Amino acid sequence: MNALEVAIRRKAYRQDGREVTALTDLVFAVPAGQLACIVGPSGCGKTTLLSIVAGLDRAFEGSVRGPAAAGRLGMVFQTPRLMPWLSVRENVRLALEPPPRQEGRAEELLREMQLGALLDAYPAQLSGGQQRRVALARAFVRDPDLLLLDEPFQSLDAPTAQHLRELLLALWARRRPAILFVTHDLREALSLGDRVLFLSAGPGRVVLDLPLDLPRPRGPESAAVEALRRRLLESYPDLLRGLASVSAAESAA
Amino acid sequence: MAVQVLRFGDVWLRWFSALSLLALWAAVAGLAAAPLLPGPLAVAAALARLVANGQLPFDLGVTLLRVAASFALAMAAGSAVGILMGRSRRVDAFFDLWLVLGLNIPALVIIYLCYIWGGLTEAAAIIAVALNKVPNTATILREGARAVDRELLQVADVLRLPRLRRLRLVYLPQLYPYLMAATRSGLSLIWKIVLVAEFVGRSNGVGFRLNLYFQFFDITNILAYSASFIAVVVAAESWLIRPLERRLTGWRA
Repeated sequence: MNALEVAIRRKAYRQDGREVTALTDLVFAVPAGQLACIVGPSGCGKTTLLSIVAGLDRAFEGSVRGPAAAGRLGMVFQTPRLMPWLSVRENVRLALEPPPRQEGRAEELLREMQLGALLDAYPAQLSGGQQRRVALARAFVRDPDLLLLDEPFQSLDAPTAQHLRELLLALWARRRPAILFVTHDLREALSLGDRVLFLSAGPGRVVLDLPLDLPRPRGPESAAVEALRRRLLESYPDLLRGLASVSAAESAA
Repeated sequence: MAVQVLRFGDVWLRWFSALSLLALWAAVAGLAAAPLLPGPLAVAAALARLVANGQLPFDLGVTLLRVAASFALAMAAGSAVGILMGRSRRVDAFFDLWLVLGLNIPALVIIYLCYIWGGLTEAAAIIAVALNKVPNTATILREGARAVDRELLQVADVLRLPRLRRLRLVYLPQLYPYLMAATRSGLSLIWKIVLVAEFVGRSNGVGFRLNLYFQFFDITNILAYSASFIAVVVAAESWLIRPLERRLTGWRA
């Protein structure tokens, strides 16, 4: 069963009076429980795609079929986007319906994520890594069927980012939502995903759909990921610029 | 707007400042020894007499009721208009001229017009005072609505928050600092304008009484009324406004 089916024929928006096409013929599906990464050059419409999937943007041609129930979608943005006037616990409770009146899932999850001592702290008192952990908790607390992540760990130092990736994988392993993880970092995508979808430069469409069956755990700096990355870039030298044309060496072989 | 923490030494300095003002007043009054500048003791005696015979508490009560009614009316109408203007460029374009007009029309003109069209009634007085404050509230809340963080509203959209929770936990907290600013400047404006409305067209209240004493050149009683009024304003600031502010915007500290 698919947790997400995307068939966007065309998505355009107006900028300075001109019409810009952001996405064309973007078609893919994510099966339940799969961790799919999306990689593409900047400006390829990754964030637009997530807005459409999240239901924030409905002005497009085509169809998106996601989780039917509203509570079954979680999202983590590029920045933590916590409410500064709510405590850590209240920020996570925000995602629960009906609003809880006593200790429960939110606190349980936060304690699991080593945030138990900060339940009543405000976001401004937290480090960047802690804020992102809270944002992750807010997305996971309602046990989503589909989780959208929009470059959630960028602008963090490498050890913190890696720690959060491991945390994400641990939560995913336990609750198994389908995940759509958008990034521009090929190493990150290869180390996390069951599958990597490469998008073209804008207007974005899928140029390569790469299944991965490397064993986990595999860090972004691990030998297996590095070898795969090399091989991939040898075969498709322009992949990160959104082109999956086969290299001369490859086609000669 | 930040809540200032007074240090021990600062508190003493404030008391010392208040006492020096009193001492200066007493000294000048003593030197002048004229009926047109009574000293603090004479004013205190007059104040005690006015409180004892019930006249001052009655006038003060009537005035405070008018202040409360005008304030509530002005905040409600001004916030509604201001928020609509901040959210929609069309509403803003339409009402902008009205706002400029409203901000600059002399308070006395509005008061006269209201009394002429509405008769010398309580309702006319309250509306006149409220009308003086509406443009000011609208201007402040327009700024607030413009500054609302769309990214946080998107979080509410992704979480599919019901309207009321979205308003209470995501939208309004962003406006609290502006509402507090409007409250502060509103009260100080309304205190003053209520007195004008009273002396022009009411037969009780602090403004009416001040005008009466003015006609007799009764400076002692004028100062006694002023002192009681200042006491009320200071009390409202420290027991109403500051605790409210601490509650609503305490997360900033």
